[in-house]
Amino acid sequence: MTQLIEVSMVVNGERRSALAEPRHSLAHFLRDKLRLTGTHLGCEHGSCGACTVLVEGRSVRACLMFAVQAQDANITTIEGIAQGDELSDLQRAFQRNHALQCGFCTPGQIMAATELLADNPDPSPDQVRHAMSGNICRCTGYVPIIDAILEVAAGRRESAAQQVAE
Amino acid sequence: MNHDPVDPNASPLGQPIERREDVRFLTGKGLYTDDIQLDGMVHAVVLRSPMAHARILSVDTDEARRMPGVVDVIAFADIADTAQPIPVRLAQLPGRFKEYSQMPLAGDKVRYVGEPIAVVVASSAYEAEDAAELIAVEFEELPAVVTFADARRDETLLHEDLGSNISTNYTVGRGDIDAAFRDAAYTRKERFRTGRHSGVPLETRSLIADWNPDTERMRIWGVNKVPFAVRDMVARMLRMEPEHIDMLASDVGGGFGVRGEFYPEDFLIPFLARRLGRPVKWIEDRREHLMATAHGREMECEIEIAVDADQMITGLRASVTVNLGAYVRPNAGVAPAKCGQALPGPFRIPHYQCEITTVQTNKTPAASYRGPGRYESAFFRERIIDLAAADLGLDPAEFRLKNLITAAEQPYDIGSLVPYLGPDSYDTGDYRSTLNCVLEKIDYDRIKALRGRKIDGRYHGIGMCCFVASAGGGPGEHVLIEVEGPGKVHLYIGSSGAGQGYETSMAQILAHELGIGFDDIVVHHGGTAKLPYGYGSWHSRSTVMAGNAITNAARTLIDQMIELTADRAGLGSQALEYRAGAVYPRGKDTPLATLDSLAEQIGADEVRTVLAAPGLYETNELTYTYGAQVAHVAVDADTGKVEVIRFVTSEDVGRVINPLTTHGQSIGGTVQGMGPAFLDEFVYDSSGQLLTGSFADYLVPVATDFPVVESITLTEYPSARNPLGVKGAAEGGIGAPGGCLGNAVGDALRPLGIVVRELPMTPSRIAALLEEAGC
Repeated sequence: MTQLIEVSMVVNGERRSALAEPRHSLAHFLRDKLRLTGTHLGCEHGSCGACTVLVEGRSVRACLMFAVQAQDANITTIEGIAQGDELSDLQRAFQRNHALQCGFCTPGQIMAATELLADNPDPSPDQVRHAMSGNICRCTGYVPIIDAILEVAAGRRESAAQQVAE
Repeated sequence: MNHDPVDPNASPLGQPIERREDVRFLTGKGLYTDDIQLDGMVHAVVLRSPMAHARILSVDTDEARRMPGVVDVIAFADIADTAQPIPVRLAQLPGRFKEYSQMPLAGDKVRYVGEPIAVVVASSAYEAEDAAELIAVEFEELPAVVTFADARRDETLLHEDLGSNISTNYTVGRGDIDAAFRDAAYTRKERFRTGRHSGVPLETRSLIADWNPDTERMRIWGVNKVPFAVRDMVARMLRMEPEHIDMLASDVGGGFGVRGEFYPEDFLIPFLARRLGRPVKWIEDRREHLMATAHGREMECEIEIAVDADQMITGLRASVTVNLGAYVRPNAGVAPAKCGQALPGPFRIPHYQCEITTVQTNKTPAASYRGPGRYESAFFRERIIDLAAADLGLDPAEFRLKNLITAAEQPYDIGSLVPYLGPDSYDTGDYRSTLNCVLEKIDYDRIKALRGRKIDGRYHGIGMCCFVASAGGGPGEHVLIEVEGPGKVHLYIGSSGAGQGYETSMAQILAHELGIGFDDIVVHHGGTAKLPYGYGSWHSRSTVMAGNAITNAARTLIDQMIELTADRAGLGSQALEYRAGAVYPRGKDTPLATLDSLAEQIGADEVRTVLAAPGLYETNELTYTYGAQVAHVAVDADTGKVEVIRFVTSEDVGRVINPLTTHGQSIGGTVQGMGPAFLDEFVYDSSGQLLTGSFADYLVPVATDFPVVESITLTEYPSARNPLGVKGAAEGGIGAPGGCLGNAVGDALRPLGIVVRELPMTPSRIAALLEEAGC
């Protein structure tokens, strides 16, 4: 008889709990138990980045983490990025730059980019490519994804500068 | 790169309208098949062969059945009465080709690592996997047939009853090939090889089947590309009426041609759903995907070129062998056949002969993958052209420009080069223009001085490749416009998208045709419920086929609007006309009705107002996009690593519906094609074991690999073959990078006496070439 454990964590600012087996991955827990299906599975080997979420603000492959390891952790998933109906600047930039086609890698790209920009608000194009090299995309050829992220970085620096000026 | 602003006062057609499907994808609200949960759903896991070639002596499922959560376990014996071999759907090639078909589960033999042997169904995928490990299969190992040579020897046969591993052999051509070579001033013969790789979409294959025993209807999610064709095959196998099966649309994480053709699981999952009376879900994992979803591109070619005293290419003679793996899949004939058609490319080559042979080996079955036969043939052709240019002391661009087909020669008769199609001709275009475009963009006149030079330990080279790509595969497409109410127009199309952006582009076409707001239209694709039939999305056909069907449906809807308005106004229809989104009395400026005003009556009046118009577009004429690519590379003399310093691609697609999505297809397809020039490869050992079973070994491009890729779309020559003038833009960019980069590296290493003959050009292969050359 497989043992079920109550696992509880804070996801996108909300305390969520469900029963899980110790061996359930965080990805499966989020998708199947919490019905947050925006986090996708592309390999379950930790090599494609589609399942990227933030745990305590750091990017993690949800397919390589057990749900029980995330007990009481603060998790951010793609569902927590937009503010209600309003897309974030990163999401808007992706749309403007046509940085997605089938959309399957997109949540992981957004989460990885979120961490990148939090760590490095002024990345060079090469730094962006390097930071995003763990997120496979089969459709776009990456150019528009990199453009979108650089655009957001520039936009944020500009608004920050404006705020200082004001 | 920010797009041009959208002009809200102009027609949406041709404008860079941001995609409406993006919002749900960006917020994690897409609905991919694995996102769907149904009450009582159980999970299937497929047990796959660990051996490449073996007889199955026994399959013992008893222990598996006893595992917790297990609902059922099936093997061949359970499907023997029901299942049929998976048939060839199109591209029938001569000989016994179609007889090399696959049963949905292995019976007496397994023929490739990854072949399905049994299926476990349990209340969770975790439990199903636990149980699958306990299925005991007794094998008697057989020698593995892996290489082209193994296959041709016919010592070990995969399909004993068919007598050979060679599944087809035929020859096509035009002109007088013997004369061309007899009279040539220069000839050269070479052998080339393209490595096995495939589309590898980021979403693996996934299916849900749900059987309702009361209504005796089956619902299936997870289909793509050709949902109606698959529906019909499922119906045949399960002995059901096709109309009792609904293929339901879900979001799809990429297709590239390899998702959507009929696979064993397309029978197994609905079979299990009906057998168990519960919804069954199956999600392929990545390791499975790499061994069980169609492979492609593995070809060998011996090719010979004939050039006359005026440096005109007069003849091309080739023998191509295609490694199709263990079975002939529903569309396995496409890549071999299209290779034979595409080999002469956009060049004026009056005399041509190509022998096509397909062989079966103990590898994953191969089938058509985006730009089938074009990736391979472009490499073969453009390499021999570059070698000839070098021998003749000609600049490779100059040699090509003399030989590319010009607008004055169109339509250019290419003869009958595909067994299952008739004679054809290229439609419109000046094939020099895209080559000139990329050469100018990369500043070829300046950088060609770098060719073959060693700078800072790296050899520099420039390579180019020209292509012509057939698009708009027939025979037609169905659409349906249904007006629900004011500002609510539903458009159903027979296409089946996986990221192409139909929800946006098709709405642009309809909005343009009706003169109504783009935002009023909702596009539905991928499902089978509303249309009499749909031919699906492959061969870059949807914009051509569905696009033109939309214009036909729009015309029908306009006629309906005129009729309704005429009725109410007590006028004859001939007294009215439709323009700028409204019905007017002829020559007058006061509109009598708009679609919205008529739609207000729906459900409101005693006479049932119906505004619904089907549309059908039919043609078997293909269109032809064309283009060129050029690359500047630097090869590290010590490590064999290649940096692509700059890559420029250009394609003339005739007419652009949405420049954002067209550009996206071009860059995306190009990068997808650049990968296999250096990275993507399915590697097998001599016992037929797949060594590249994860993304750690099967390498696809990532963001750091090809940072500088530029694309220029031209629309100088619309197609003359359909009313919209569109040509289809999904498979152009992907066909040429192998040839382009093969030539670039070849150019860099030519001073060392090295000839590049094989893709992918991995660092170890390049290092071996360098070592061989004594560097």
